[in-house]
Amino acid sequence: MSSSPAVGPGAPAGQPNHLRRFLTLWLGSSIVALPLVIIFIGPLLGPAGGNSAETSGEITDMKVLVGVATPIILLVMTFLLYAMINFRQEQGSVLEGPAVRGDARVQSLWIVITSVLVLAIAVFGTVRLESESGDGSGSGPKPLTSPSGPKIPVQVIAQQWLFTYRYPTYGGVETTSLVLPVNKEIEFNVTSLDVIHSFWAFQIGVKADANPGVDNIAFSKPTREMEFEVHCAELCGIWHGAMHNEARVVSDTAFESWIGEQRARLAPATKVLPGYSRTYTPEPLRRAE
Amino acid sequence: MSTTDAQAQAVSGPAPDTRPVWRRLIGFNLLTAVILGVGGYYLGWFIGHQINTSSFAYEKATDENDVALLLAYAFGVVGFLIGLGFANYPVERFLGKPASLREKEGHGTSRYFGLCTDHKVVGIQYLVGIGLFLFVGAVNAMMIRTELLHDTPTFVGPNQYLTLVGVHGTMMMGIMTSGILGPFANYFVPLMIGARRMAFPRVEALTFWLLMAGGFILASTIFFGGFPTGWTGYEPLNDQAVMGMDSYIIFFALVGISMVLLGLNMIATIITLRAPGLTWSRLPIFVWATFATAVLMVLAAPMLIATLLMSALDRSISTSFFIVGGGGSSFLFQNLFWFFGHPEVYILALPGFGIVLELIPVFVRKPLWGYRLAIAGMLGVSLMSFFVWQHHLFVSGINADLRPFYMLSTEIISVPTGFIFICFMGTLWRGRMSLTVPMLFCLAWAFNFLIGGTSGVVLSDVATDTQLHGSFFVMAHFHYTIVGGLIFSFFAAIYYWVPKMLGLKFNEKLAKWHFWLMFVSFNSTFLPLFALGIMGMPRRVSQYEPHLLGLNIWVSISAFVLGFSMLIFLVNVIYSMVFARVPAEANPWHSKSLEWQVPTPVPVNNFEQIPVIDSDPYDYGTPIPIGAGQTAPAGA
Repeated sequence: MSSSPAVGPGAPAGQPNHLRRFLTLWLGSSIVALPLVIIFIGPLLGPAGGNSAETSGEITDMKVLVGVATPIILLVMTFLLYAMINFRQEQGSVLEGPAVRGDARVQSLWIVITSVLVLAIAVFGTVRLESESGDGSGSGPKPLTSPSGPKIPVQVIAQQWLFTYRYPTYGGVETTSLVLPVNKEIEFNVTSLDVIHSFWAFQIGVKADANPGVDNIAFSKPTREMEFEVHCAELCGIWHGAMHNEARVVSDTAFESWIGEQRARLAPATKVLPGYSRTYTPEPLRRAE
Repeated sequence: MSTTDAQAQAVSGPAPDTRPVWRRLIGFNLLTAVILGVGGYYLGWFIGHQINTSSFAYEKATDENDVALLLAYAFGVVGFLIGLGFANYPVERFLGKPASLREKEGHGTSRYFGLCTDHKVVGIQYLVGIGLFLFVGAVNAMMIRTELLHDTPTFVGPNQYLTLVGVHGTMMMGIMTSGILGPFANYFVPLMIGARRMAFPRVEALTFWLLMAGGFILASTIFFGGFPTGWTGYEPLNDQAVMGMDSYIIFFALVGISMVLLGLNMIATIITLRAPGLTWSRLPIFVWATFATAVLMVLAAPMLIATLLMSALDRSISTSFFIVGGGGSSFLFQNLFWFFGHPEVYILALPGFGIVLELIPVFVRKPLWGYRLAIAGMLGVSLMSFFVWQHHLFVSGINADLRPFYMLSTEIISVPTGFIFICFMGTLWRGRMSLTVPMLFCLAWAFNFLIGGTSGVVLSDVATDTQLHGSFFVMAHFHYTIVGGLIFSFFAAIYYWVPKMLGLKFNEKLAKWHFWLMFVSFNSTFLPLFALGIMGMPRRVSQYEPHLLGLNIWVSISAFVLGFSMLIFLVNVIYSMVFARVPAEANPWHSKSLEWQVPTPVPVNNFEQIPVIDSDPYDYGTPIPIGAGQTAPAGA
């Protein structure tokens, strides 16, 4: 490896110190851009953070990652612009540039800095993931960490092309709309009866794939009364795009009265439903007509 | 030599064919191949219907017969290959006849329409064939964007929409695995390493014709109801789909076979056929990229072939590898598919790294900066790509305890990718850049791949992936890496090497229009898709929430402009090849690489004498004065 400096000190006399100029440009633009990105773009990077503990967590992660990415993106973009303006050849001429083949110091520095950044991001992500109990993601039948305290289990049963919701602690009643009490830890048990679907409650920061024969658990604690949308996020056949429904987060008392009403209204149906189970054996698949 | 002479020589090859037309049609050629292919298809169909399939669930319920269609496709492909003449050599050898390279000595233009073992002919065949299927994929993309002009299904039905999405994705992901290795590595690797041919010339031809057969099979899915799974083909949706799914399975399996053979051929060629003196540390960086990609192809594609075989068996004779009710697992397919699928995306990205790093030294008149670091980056990326596949399954519920590992490995892969960027920037530093069209595409590559790469890091974090998985954000991310990375470098390679391949210059004004329009409209199409993903729009839907309508219309219009920029390219090709016909200089870019030192058109045997190599091909630049630094030895 050559020890010749590729940048800076090697500049012939009479030329500007490109290294200093470029670094100044980059650092300057990063210092200006970083707060702007975090303040103005940060809040746009997901649903409102106050919707649930999970959306707040996701937005924090997003802000950190975008914050790390901003100076890196600016480094390369500033470089491209700088090079295109300063290191040009007059049209038609073929003048040779300096025969520099590398610089051990610059290369080592680059490797060290990128490695440290990457490891830092990975450690950050891991700590956040485990301390936030999965950050709203489907974490399999036995999540490594789960929130302390009581949880209300809600089973999400996906099938082509709708979601139904079963409340095992409320007599196993199965409803077609999702209603959740506010400020309660919810445990979603997501499963499927046919193909793979994905339960995506965007506004409360939950996504968990629904696999046949698998109980996929995700936690969420909605912290605001609101209406939200549930979408299917895994291609599941022709009406995949139509597989969505309205859902609500309501106050405790409203929830209790709603679920009581459902239990009474749906009692005849609940009686003939198969008993509550973490998974259901899928029926043999049939081809679409 | 006049233009016409040069061109005639370029396309006609050594021996003009004097036989009458009717005589030329008899024998092993494309016509025979099509006839035998169609014959094989109906034979397979017939046999399939003779097998008693009534014990299998599907055939009982519907009149669909997957056994028949799978056999029909398989027999059709075999018939097609026999018709092209691929069986001649093994059969002759089996019967004790002497071996020949006869396929290489074909006649005139007809060499381009049949089995030809000249790597330069295969390179051109690949370029045209891939161009054809790229066009089909692009037309599908235009139709997808037309549908998304409205927030409810209007233009096509939901079934047709999913078929469009599936054919677009599968065509692009399948055909473009050979997008750069097919045309450019086949054509230029032998020239760059001072060889007269590839190691296995018949295998080389076979990879191309397998891909072509596959492309038509995939397109034929529309006759069998299409397929609803997108390019990932997830089970059990795959198992539930109508017969059009079989087209997907056979297509991708053929692509897999083609990839394994192409990879093996490249590895063998690069190891065994390098000219004397061309040590590993003097190898052009594009050859290194080809090598790294070839290793990935050989190791990853067999997994795809096996997975699709299981899928085909599940569909046809109910083997139940993936069917939960029969003791199988839908996770199994996801694991197997992405174990192939993640290396696959690097199969798409790595050749682009090679193209860009190969081209920029020529246009900044400097040696490649950090040659060994670039190699380490490419090999590092290929190695790491086998350890990240479950990041596609972060929210699937599959062994969630392993997620921190996959998060780490995914983020680590950006370190070797970063090597490519520092080498790119180091090469540009204080160079003397000419903004030629290939150079513009290389600069655009850096811009696009940077956005693609950093958005990938955002997706590698489980918490953010929880929101973004399966959304338009992911779609924007991989279009930035594949279109922004692969397709931009593909065009860089076309504009750079066409003077050598065709002996013609492309019109530069049209080329610049093509570049600027493509660059601007590409970014204007895919940047808003990040926003749409963050706003919660899932992928692969033809209906969405009304408040997303405005951005979608913007994206669609940009996409149409992107499509229009491709038309400019087509116009340029036709104008330059049919009307203008400006002959190119032998070495218009003043490159020091070996492939530019041979005459245009390249002689059939490439080199009269095998060259002896004494340096790497990046011998650009003036040594800097003593005291300010010194030139390093080759390969530093």
